[in-house]
Amino acid sequence: MLNMALLIALAMVGVALLLAAWRVLRGDTLPARVQALDTLYINSIALIVLFGIYARTSIYFEAALLIALIGFVSTVAVTKYLLRGAIIK
Amino acid sequence: MNRWLPSPRLSAVLCFLWLLLVNDFSLGQFLLGATFGLLVPIITRPFALQRPALQHPLKLVLFLLMVGRDIVLANIVVAGLILGPRRRLHPAFVEVPLDIRDGYVITILASIVSLTPGTVSADIDLQRGILLVHGLNVGDPQELIDEIKRRYEAPLKEIFGC
Amino acid sequence: MAVWIEGLVAVLVLLGAAFTLIASIGLVRMRDFYTRLHGPTKASTLGVGSIMLASLLFFSVDSGSLSVHEVLITVFLFLTAPVSAHLLAKAGMHGGEKLASGTRGKPWDQ
Repeated sequence: MLNMALLIALAMVGVALLLAAWRVLRGDTLPARVQALDTLYINSIALIVLFGIYARTSIYFEAALLIALIGFVSTVAVTKYLLRGAIIK
Repeated sequence: MNRWLPSPRLSAVLCFLWLLLVNDFSLGQFLLGATFGLLVPIITRPFALQRPALQHPLKLVLFLLMVGRDIVLANIVVAGLILGPRRRLHPAFVEVPLDIRDGYVITILASIVSLTPGTVSADIDLQRGILLVHGLNVGDPQELIDEIKRRYEAPLKEIFGC
Repeated sequence: MAVWIEGLVAVLVLLGAAFTLIASIGLVRMRDFYTRLHGPTKASTLGVGSIMLASLLFFSVDSGSLSVHEVLITVFLFLTAPVSAHLLAKAGMHGGEKLASGTRGKPWDQ
């Protein structure tokens, strides 16, 4: 029962990842792409943790934590760059 | 507090964080965590923020529980809005005048506004004390302002006594 | 593992995945930048939180000892989601993102 639920959940999060990836590739503007990237990394955390439960190992936890840390810092860095760019312009 | 223990609460949190990170609640890890808890606040003291004293810790816990419930309940509403027909959405930018002036407490308020679905705090004007909020589906802007002020700002004001 | 715990984990996992999926659907479906901001910042945070809770339950029961480091990621996401949403909104206003028709009020100049 649990395996079935996990497989369905993995598929759902996989679709969510693809939708976000589509937005990254076909975004209208730069902030919209960053926004999609932000969603993409959060979805990837969900995917990794789900796979960890599926594989019955907690070894992927560190990967999820690292993606959370780096994803946040990169979102902040890029938005800061977008905001500051015009001051120089 | 004093020279070697600038903020005991931060030290305790750091020690607990370390135990969570290694996922091992043994005495050795506890000692290591306590060492970090003592060292990090001393090293990062130049960056420490001035924040108002907590007046009612118990009320803060109750308040956070209420916020948590709001997050879960309102998320279901937003899920419905996303899946529902797009024409029925009435997005709006709303300017919420704030009574709180302290930057630390405003940060908490803005974060709560962002986490409770249907609203995202988009910008803050600290001089005039106005929070710009974007609502996904706003019926009456004044109602939204009143709700934010009554539900989140008033308790925060009481808890931090500012 | 007891059946009811397994069932609880399954429900939490499916619930979390559903919220994550809905958030991403919102990202594709909403009409302007600002309304798209709503889904991802909150629904996906709650979705991941729910999956983390499932993971916590599962590994705690599976290994027989308390496994709580999932709490770290959940708390971290709940702390950072408002900050990235705020910065994204500011970046959007700065870049002059178009508003969906019928939006009341105006974004501020950056």
